[in-house]
Amino acid sequence: MKHVDEYRDGQTAQKLAATIAREVQPDRSYRLMEFCGGHTHAIFRYGIQDLLPDNIEMVHGPGCPVCVLPISRIDQAIAYAREPDVILCSYGDMLRVPGSKFTSLMKAKAEGSDVRMVYSTLDALDLAKNNPDKKIVFFAIGFETTTPPTALAIKQAKAMGLKNFFILSNHVLTPSAIQNILESPDVRDLGSVPIDGFLGPAHVSAVIGSQPYDYFVEEFQRPVVISGFEPLDVMQSILMLVRQLNEGRAEVENQYRRAVTFEGNAKAKNLVAEIFELRRTFEWRGLGEVAYSGLRIKQEYAAFDAEVQIPIDVPPAHENKACECPAILRGMKKPTDCKLFATHCTPENPMGSCMVSAEGACAAYYSYGRFRETA
Amino acid sequence: MSTRTAYSRALDLKNGVVEMSHGGGGRAMAQLIDQLFADAFANDILAQGNDQASISMPQGRMVVSTDSFVISPLFFPGGNIGNLAVHGTVNDVALSGGTPLYLTAGFILEEGFPLKDLKTIVESMAHAANEAGVQIVTGDTKVVERGHGDGVYINTTGIGVVADGINISGERAKPGDKILINGFIGDHGVAIMSLREGLGFESTIQSDCASLNGLIADMVKAAPDIHVMRDPTRGGLAATLNELAQQSGVGMELVEDQVPMRDEVRGACEILGLDPLYVANEGKLLAICTEEDADKLLTAMRAHPLGKDAAIIGTVVEDKNSFVQLKTGFGGSRIVDWIAGEQLPRIC
Repeated sequence: MKHVDEYRDGQTAQKLAATIAREVQPDRSYRLMEFCGGHTHAIFRYGIQDLLPDNIEMVHGPGCPVCVLPISRIDQAIAYAREPDVILCSYGDMLRVPGSKFTSLMKAKAEGSDVRMVYSTLDALDLAKNNPDKKIVFFAIGFETTTPPTALAIKQAKAMGLKNFFILSNHVLTPSAIQNILESPDVRDLGSVPIDGFLGPAHVSAVIGSQPYDYFVEEFQRPVVISGFEPLDVMQSILMLVRQLNEGRAEVENQYRRAVTFEGNAKAKNLVAEIFELRRTFEWRGLGEVAYSGLRIKQEYAAFDAEVQIPIDVPPAHENKACECPAILRGMKKPTDCKLFATHCTPENPMGSCMVSAEGACAAYYSYGRFRETA
Repeated sequence: MSTRTAYSRALDLKNGVVEMSHGGGGRAMAQLIDQLFADAFANDILAQGNDQASISMPQGRMVVSTDSFVISPLFFPGGNIGNLAVHGTVNDVALSGGTPLYLTAGFILEEGFPLKDLKTIVESMAHAANEAGVQIVTGDTKVVERGHGDGVYINTTGIGVVADGINISGERAKPGDKILINGFIGDHGVAIMSLREGLGFESTIQSDCASLNGLIADMVKAAPDIHVMRDPTRGGLAATLNELAQQSGVGMELVEDQVPMRDEVRGACEILGLDPLYVANEGKLLAICTEEDADKLLTAMRAHPLGKDAAIIGTVVEDKNSFVQLKTGFGGSRIVDWIAGEQLPRIC
């Protein structure tokens, strides 16, 4: 398959593996965080860990849009779905994620709520057009990659004069989350949990560019290599991080040059800026409240804001106290260090954020890597 | 029902629809059975017109299997619910290593369903049964009110016979055994998905749905001691291998590069964010046999049109955890786990 196979070639992988093995310094360790769930998925799906020397450890970050959504926001979506005149739609992954008391959008659907899976915001607009007597609530989630399509949908809804199209915005920002991790005392002050470098996001960076990472290398002195999601991209980026660390450099490097520029996608960024504004704070599952990390719809477009037009309050939800997700997301613990892992918490019945999607660290460990722990 | 009854009006197979009276036990139902089902499935046993089929069985162990078909869409590239209902049950019987002989067919029809479509479905059932060499010997028709069904549901039960001495069963996989498949995976699932509403996605992939009893007969002849056979339908290769690993108390090691997969299927799964190992098949079988038997079994499979792309895709290993592992084409390893719930597209 063209444009795919060349990034997954086993022979090239072996060569890269040999180079990495040759270049790592045996007397030190390399703890590298991949921020994105897309990278976590690639690492596990292709078995990249088997190709790395023992002293390179991949720490799986919080960049899984489904995983970081707090339970109360899922409860809120379910509450919308239960409204008799509402069709709630969202991306496939989202439908299975459990809210409080073992509910989920999938279960709400089984109980009679009208919940639809859509592949794009255009599908959601079609639903609104074809069901004028219903209120269409699009449960919008994701990082900078999925925000521009949501913004576009709002603009189109306005142009089409739709009165029954609403967005429940849960869009979040990647740099705020990276900053939150780097600023957490365990990582910054105590130095007990070193994260030596970052694999930077692929698709997110195609939108925001490589520029926003300059601050991190400057402020926190950790190298960042923006990496594509294909397995050879990941291997090459790891090699680039190893070289920076060996040479004592902390720079932003761009491995994913076929898609990412310094400035990013100006059109997409402007579109988002036109429709959305920063929330003072937004809750992340696993990280807690993170300042200026979420987006809400501007006053000017409030006619399309579900939270304004159809206000629904849900009681606050609580995480399981034994869940180690916060520590796992900061690289302080591994999934297998959690008491709930693979006993109470499984992909069928996830208790914490890292288990809810195949991109989460715990789910990836469970579904793809469990054999390593029992061998 | 060989004697034609005079009905006041012929069944309108062009513009007519299923009505409640078609399941009411009266003349309308008799007419539907007579002019549609009995006509298409015609055979001596059905022609006796009894509420049951009385059949004589050859020597050997009797094999029975039942399956209900509740698919949507009813028509898809490469088939429809009718031939699927025949292939599926014929395969379940044949995978015992035996010969499928008879089928029963139960229909649950939704009021308002076009008779023209029902005719197409029934005719492809008849065609599939003929091809597979099985007879549909008894059946049942019920009609549910509009809105209480999905057009047509079909249940088929298959009856066959397996020769003494053939012992193909899910618990017989042993460490060292080889795992074989008869061709490309994922065709059926991708063909169905390409039709799903709102996907805006076209493909030339046809469902692989087929009756495998001819292929299986050749396989059993070539290697009578096949340990295990099963069809990787819902949940795909991954689900079936996990089932078998559990049942036999062994592990499995697949080699990704050896698993036959069309580029179109890989491409579609890539776009949709799905893993082809979990995508459904309707004309595929997995066979597990000793290493000594593997080559002659592979040769026999490749000699049959439904096995020409057959391959040895992995090995049974000792593993108390019953994990199914995959050697990736990239050079690493991972688990191929049971799927959690339904396979849903990923966001990123």
